[in-house]
Amino acid sequence: MVWFDVCSVDDLQPDSGICALVQEQQIAVFYFASSQNVYALSNFDPFGQANVLSRGLIGDINGQPIVASPLYKQHFNLLTGQCLEDADVRIPAYAAQIVNGRVQVSW
Amino acid sequence: MKPTLVVIGNGMVGQNFLAGFVQTAAAADYHIVTFCEEPRPAYDRVHLSEFFSGKTAADLSLVEDGFFQQHNITLHLGDRAAAIDRDAKTVTSAKGVSIHYDKLVLATGSYPFMPPVPGHDRDNCLVYRTIEDLEAMTAAAQTGKVGVVVGGGLLGLEAAKALKDLGLETHVVEFAPRLMAVQIDEGGGAVLRRKIEALGVTVHTNKNTTQIIGGSTCVNKMCFADGEELETDVVLFSAGIRPRDDIARACGLEIGQRGGIVINNHCQTSDPDIYAIGECALWNGMIFGLVAPGYAMARTVIAELTSGEAHFTGADMSTKLKLMGVDVASIGDAHARTQGALVYHYQNGASEVYKRLVVSSDNKRLLGAVLVGDAAEYGTLLQYCQNGIELPENPESLILPRLSGEPAGLGPDALPASAQICSCYDVSKGAICDAVAAGCTTVNALKAETKAGTGCGGCVPLLKSVLNCELAKHGYEVNTDICEHFAYTRQDLYNLIRIGEIKTFAELLAKHGKGHGCEICKPAVGSILASHWNDYILKQEHLGLQDTNDTFLANMQKDGTYSVVPRIAGGEITPDGLIAIGQVGKKYNLYTKITGGQRIDLFGARLEQLPAIWQELVDAGFETGHAYGKSLRTVKSCVGSTWCRFGVDDSVGLAIELENRYKGLRAPHKIKFGVSGCTRECAEAQGKDVGVIATENGWSLYVCGNGGMKPRHADLFATGLDKATLIKYIDRFLIFYVRTADRLQRTSVWVENMEGGLDYLKSVVIDDKLGLSDELEAQMARVVDTYQCEWKTTIENEDKLKRFRQFVNSDLPDDNIVFVEERGQIRPANEDERKHFKIMEVA
Ligand code: SRM
Ligand SMILES: Cc1cc2nc3c(=O)[nH]c(=O)nc-3n(C[C@H](O)[C@H](O)[C@H](O)COP(=O)(O)OP(=O)(O)OC[C@H]3O[C@@H](n4cnc5c(N)ncnc54)[C@H](O)[C@@H]3O)c2cc1C
Ligand code: SF4
Ligand code: FES
Repeated sequence: MVWFDVCSVDDLQPDSGICALVQEQQIAVFYFASSQNVYALSNFDPFGQANVLSRGLIGDINGQPIVASPLYKQHFNLLTGQCLEDADVRIPAYAAQIVNGRVQVSW
Repeated sequence: MKPTLVVIGNGMVGQNFLAGFVQTAAAADYHIVTFCEEPRPAYDRVHLSEFFSGKTAADLSLVEDGFFQQHNITLHLGDRAAAIDRDAKTVTSAKGVSIHYDKLVLATGSYPFMPPVPGHDRDNCLVYRTIEDLEAMTAAAQTGKVGVVVGGGLLGLEAAKALKDLGLETHVVEFAPRLMAVQIDEGGGAVLRRKIEALGVTVHTNKNTTQIIGGSTCVNKMCFADGEELETDVVLFSAGIRPRDDIARACGLEIGQRGGIVINNHCQTSDPDIYAIGECALWNGMIFGLVAPGYAMARTVIAELTSGEAHFTGADMSTKLKLMGVDVASIGDAHARTQGALVYHYQNGASEVYKRLVVSSDNKRLLGAVLVGDAAEYGTLLQYCQNGIELPENPESLILPRLSGEPAGLGPDALPASAQICSCYDVSKGAICDAVAAGCTTVNALKAETKAGTGCGGCVPLLKSVLNCELAKHGYEVNTDICEHFAYTRQDLYNLIRIGEIKTFAELLAKHGKGHGCEICKPAVGSILASHWNDYILKQEHLGLQDTNDTFLANMQKDGTYSVVPRIAGGEITPDGLIAIGQVGKKYNLYTKITGGQRIDLFGARLEQLPAIWQELVDAGFETGHAYGKSLRTVKSCVGSTWCRFGVDDSVGLAIELENRYKGLRAPHKIKFGVSGCTRECAEAQGKDVGVIATENGWSLYVCGNGGMKPRHADLFATGLDKATLIKYIDRFLIFYVRTADRLQRTSVWVENMEGGLDYLKSVVIDDKLGLSDELEAQMARVVDTYQCEWKTTIENEDKLKRFRQFVNSDLPDDNIVFVEERGQIRPANEDERKHFKIMEVA
């Protein structure tokens, strides 16, 4: 498993998202401050056809961590990329971790 | 050939008859024709006064679109039936139509009685019955200052309210020694009088008008038998109704001594092929001046024509009304005329409440009641009376105040299934229970399904309690939780935050919620925190709560770019301001457009461009326009008295002052204002959450209007205001909205859902019923004092600017954003264009 360096923990926005360019891919990275969990998804919203998911609101629904698209409010599971409203839609999800104050993602 | 059924009069009862008849199988056997004298088909006369609070003729219509066509009914609109020939069985109209009938239904209603006082036909002497009457009143009120209603009955008081709302100094002149002499007793009348007078209406009882002549300060002068005089511009007669029995009389039908077409228990006139229903009909020596008995007559005739067995056996004349904000109700034998009747009184001088119960001599049955000032028990008492339910041992307990707060009286469970809940539409408790079982779980659904509650509205509280009781039986829980993270309503959360002095989402979640939150509770709590504490919206602990528009202080567009809207208060902008905005638009190659809110929107800004764009705008003296926030948007103005030849006051000046006062206030949803300089209303203030219109007598305030998906005309809230009072009312109104509305609820929906509606809102804001006004004003003062331009704060804060970039780790732009040119400006490329056309260089 190759881990790509993304940014410093200080670049993260607590309880919110940021976007990074990793290997020419737009990756949205979300940070839950209370649990210090990080999650990474593709930044591309397949419904709105725009790179905006990092700017969505995050939270949980039935215990699953989710982001709601800022455009049309569909929810995506942060672990799997599965869309909650449409079983046929699943976006790329990436492994993410914090090591020595650096954020890393992998696929 | 099919037999012909002719209905003369398309008023409330005539239309109710048609609507009911076409539902029956027998309708197909008839050719149906109706004559409607008025220029429009039936409308809701009961709610006629709402015409003054903005309802249009269309809103009041009782006829569904396409009704006549769909049911093959020939409608002769604006044509009066002039004569009936009973031998030839024909009806001839004023316009010359002549039609043969097999069955004839007279539903000609009544006309307002004009006392034969000399001068009653002078200018501005009006009546109150049709939409045209109301239009005439509005016109007369525009040039007048004083209005007098002749007649202090139910309708007279309603008319007085209308005159008051039109901004006139209002008087009621009553011949009898008390108001509403027919419905309520002396004690009730006295309380009612004090209440009405407290509202600024002068009441004159025992007054006999002898003549009306020209006035010196007003158009007219009324002279009374006791030698007194009263100058007035408008005289409105509301001295009772007289049945319209003219054509029945002319064709020889039996007419009562004092008028009215005599009918039997089948609603048949003295000619068995002719029926009469509604206010024109005289049954058992009685004319019923209410709709419910008319509807009962309509049902009787429908049953007659479809060979069902039905009898009209009289009708209940109980009424409940809100007159000028005063609850008044009368049930059954209010005057205790029944032999041996016992009477109980309750009177509370301080809060001006009067109640009276009339019970049978054995103390077991309720015969009648009068309630003034508080009619909460109306529904319960009516059920006791109508269903003959045995009274509790101490009947007075039904009208004594319940100090424990427990609702007394009958639960809906105590009512038999046959109990009539809605008398306007004759809907029984059983029918409501059936509808609930079939899936109606809201009052609105029940209204649509059963029509209950859609007439006078008096039964709605009872309807609601039957509904709740049934829902509980079916195991439904009425869930009002905001989302899975908080088992509270928005208002609960507001109170928890205010009383617990909670300042962050994390703290609220720890104390009162569970999980991490979601896109429903986070922005709602973010908005409450912002409304109450008015912190900088991008403070670290609030940042994750906001929708993207709020976190980036701009509106996200379909392609992920943003729009920029500087505040242009009142729509007033200098040429230099226009040039500055133009220069920014040009420099950053933004699409520019004038918005529907009288300002300029710049579209197509990339996330990373926002700070630089705003730096230039702030340097040029602009502030954020909060186009992204659930907050004050714009105060639209017309040019007003400064330039306009009709302007009465400086609407632009007031609009700017209001916009600057309330800018930045975070609310459950966006808020829009309008200020017009005169009643021509060029700023469309009556379509706004808060609308202000200049009049000769001061500012008129309208509230709870809405454009958008479901337009709502604003309600007139107060008139003749000076600026200080106006602002005081708006302060209270807005904070009360902020505190009590549901999330994403505009003021229009909020007031529609409010128990007590507009009257309640007035009692809180104007009369300070809850004793909250100081607190509400203080809260607004805090918000006003702590205003900051969020964009100015943001561009001065290095740390906050870090977020305004596409990538944390790169300065490259988002290559998915592509523009093409159209009409000399950019726009987002569509999918085809991305593939095939030459792509413009990104700025
Ligand atoms: C830009 C503008 C259209 C224009 O080009 O003229 C506009 C644009 C949007 N309107 Fe609007 N509305 C604009 C004036 C209006 C008006 C007219 C007015 O204010 O006089 C109305 C009807 C009046 C009213 O609100 O009562 C209006 C009723 C709505 C509604 C329906 C609200 C409702 O209660 O039914 C929505 C949807 C909502 O808020 O949920 C909406 C939502 C929106 C959104 C936020 C849709 C969205 O989520 O993207 C658009 C944001 C555009 C942006 O990025 O700025 N917009 N919108 C106008 C901005 C005015 C301004 O200067 O701030
Ligand atoms: C302001 C106001 C408030 C009221 N509030 C209440 C209330 O709260 N509760 C309540 O129960 N009742 C109330 N009423 C009374 C209620 O409106 C009447 O009881 C009801 O309208 C009677 O219906 P109707 O069809 O008999 O008469 P109308 O509604 O008057 O209809 C009769 C129609 O027949 C037409 N017509 C007459 N003669 C002819 C002809 N020869 N040819 C063709 N057309 C003809 C008339 O123009 C009219 O349109 C109120 C009335 C008013 C004016
Ligand atoms: S009307 Fe619809 S499309 Fe037009 S600006 Fe408003 S929300 Fe957007
Ligand atoms: S009683 Fe009038 S609407 Fe139900």
